[in-house]
Amino acid sequence: MKIRAQIAMVLNLDKCIGCHTCSVTCKNVWTNREGVEYAWFNNVETKPGVGYPREWENQEKWNGGWRRKKNGRIEPRIGAKWRVLANIFANPDLPEIDDYYEPFTFDYEHLHTARESKAFPTARPRSAISGQRMQKIEWGPNWEEILGGEFEKRARDVNFEAVQKDIYGQFENTFMMYLPRLCEHCLNPACAASCPSGAIYKREEDGIVLIDQDKCRGWRMCVSGCPYKKIYYNWSSGKSEKCIFCYPRIEAGQPTVCSETCVGRIRYLGVLLYDADRIEAAASVPDEKDLYQAQLDLFLDPSDPAVIAQARADGVPEAWLEAARHSPVWKMAMEWKVAFPLHPEYRTLPMVWYVPPLSPIQSAAAAGKMGVNGDMPDVRSLRIPLRYLANLLTAGDEEPVALALERMLAMRGYMRAKTVDGRLDERIAAEVGLTGAAIEDMYQVMAIANYEDRFVIPTAHREWSEDAYDLRGSCGFSFGNGCSSGNTQTNLFGTRQTPKARNPMEVA
Amino acid sequence: MSALNSALFGWYPYLCLTVFLLGSLIRFDREQYTWKTGSSQLLRRRQLRLGSNLFHVGILVIFAGHAVGLLTPIWVFDMLGVSHSFKQGLAITAGGIAGVACFIGISLLAHRRLFDPRIRATSSFGDTAILLILWVQLTLGLSTIFVSLGHMDGHEMVKFMNWAQGIITLQPSAAAYVSDVNPIFKAHLLLGMTIFLVFPFTRLVHVWSAPVWYLGRPGYQVVRTRFAGGARAARSGAPKPAFTPAVRPTHVMPVNPAE
Repeated sequence: MKIRAQIAMVLNLDKCIGCHTCSVTCKNVWTNREGVEYAWFNNVETKPGVGYPREWENQEKWNGGWRRKKNGRIEPRIGAKWRVLANIFANPDLPEIDDYYEPFTFDYEHLHTARESKAFPTARPRSAISGQRMQKIEWGPNWEEILGGEFEKRARDVNFEAVQKDIYGQFENTFMMYLPRLCEHCLNPACAASCPSGAIYKREEDGIVLIDQDKCRGWRMCVSGCPYKKIYYNWSSGKSEKCIFCYPRIEAGQPTVCSETCVGRIRYLGVLLYDADRIEAAASVPDEKDLYQAQLDLFLDPSDPAVIAQARADGVPEAWLEAARHSPVWKMAMEWKVAFPLHPEYRTLPMVWYVPPLSPIQSAAAAGKMGVNGDMPDVRSLRIPLRYLANLLTAGDEEPVALALERMLAMRGYMRAKTVDGRLDERIAAEVGLTGAAIEDMYQVMAIANYEDRFVIPTAHREWSEDAYDLRGSCGFSFGNGCSSGNTQTNLFGTRQTPKARNPMEVA
Repeated sequence: MSALNSALFGWYPYLCLTVFLLGSLIRFDREQYTWKTGSSQLLRRRQLRLGSNLFHVGILVIFAGHAVGLLTPIWVFDMLGVSHSFKQGLAITAGGIAGVACFIGISLLAHRRLFDPRIRATSSFGDTAILLILWVQLTLGLSTIFVSLGHMDGHEMVKFMNWAQGIITLQPSAAAYVSDVNPIFKAHLLLGMTIFLVFPFTRLVHVWSAPVWYLGRPGYQVVRTRFAGGARAARSGAPKPAFTPAVRPTHVMPVNPAE
């Protein structure tokens, strides 16, 4: 057993209102640069829908994630190492930028400079890549917002597997959900496995998966390897970039920008301890439906004295063990079993988990479209959303999702009985295998969701790896040699050099 | 004329090789963030799948052919019983096939780079220039085939082998070997050396980083530890920073316990 700790995330989809604050704040901090205009380290999709980039979940098309071979071992679905190298000159599994969308801007300046005319001046779109006029914007980062567009196009969503689409069509008015997505910081990252340069690595101390920008050579295999399509090739710098889990903030004990700014308070950050020695075995279980349980089995109880002793021996700091015992992620994933990994069938063992939304069930119940079991809506009678959520979160196993939804309904029932009727109804809790005390705790963490309950983040021990004495007065993050960008403003002849980064408006 | 010949084929090679090696080293050491393939596949897939594969496979075969053909000592061929005329024929056939494949590929890539609005707008001067230089060099190389067909006994080829091996073994006087060859050959040699000269300043540096060792990487995952010395330090029994605070000169400002 080798114990490592990871800061994991849970998103409570039941409370996501699809406001995109996470996406916008993330973009403003990390990807408002040339080359990554099209990239969203965090984006929010409306489901059902094909998502961003288009049909990212369709691994028949993109070959992301892992494949279990006949001999029981796993390899990246894009192929074994020799095949990755054989495709290095032209990657057959790489999306084109149009699969995301062609980044655009508008000729805002024209509104200021237009001469007097009969027609009102307009700001027309322009490609941020070529600088050329775009006659029509065909796709954008959030094109399917609130089920925008035609059902026929959205219905290509692969989560409809084993669901009759025409029947789903009738549910359109009651079934819709938001899915905020970011890098999953997997235990078994397929991006790292497919990087020929070895530039992508997982940090031992907090599990964050990063790309070494100096080591990346732009072979772009990681973009294909990642089944979530959360690695973006920066077409300007020629390097791949991805969500960095705001590691400078995490190291300082602060939540990521997306979590900090979430107005719905749906995001949780906490420590999970896991057994690094069993990752490969867990990712290789034969039946895809067992992957969820296999990943749960990797997580170690932070209150178990044997685990604590081993974690100390493996160098997990004391504050991290303490944080692990208060981790909201542990509670939701392990104690209450209401959080699930996104597409465990990719075999990446993702570490950003999701609480399924009750909203489709609630609204269907309100519309009289489902059975009622006692005073609680019968979740299992609503086959279509249940199957859809199971395809999204448990590789198609409906039972764990149904239990989670029932537990969330039970929490509502229990608290309604307590606060409205003034009675403590242990029967409601017992029906879903919980106790009243557990439900009170669930209510505190998931419904009230105080800041200190959502974010339990121990600080990093930078002093273990770096000498602060050497860091005095040095630059923080830069793209050059220390504080230098590597470029000088003047040349041998004293004239100014032309700037290297181009503004598309100047190009045009 | 012989002074010019000596300068171009006796001394220019050393300038090119020096810049090639030192320039690559310095760029790798100082500017690794710029060390990349510069792929534009994301922006336009069209023409790249065929063009890039043909170009790269072709040029790798040509490069290997040049390296082996020019730098293998002549006595090795004699010992193996490979006649000069056979070697000449092999070079023309294999080089010709790879050259044509490479030519088709690079022409597709050049067309894409010059006429696709996205690629054109995002290309640097160096990207376009090196592509066109390679195109010209390949055209020159293919043109030499017609010259070589005139002397299939391989005696011209031996001159180039002597020249290349002379230069590699630090004999600038080897320039004399190529003083009377066809001007197309001379242009091909000069442009070839120039490619070595500009190499460190272009995207060609990705050649150094061909990730062949990926095949030998144990397992798939890469995990970095927080310990500055890495696993090596841990193995050698050096104390881990986790348990030994860094020792600093005592003359730095002492920490006031009251703070």
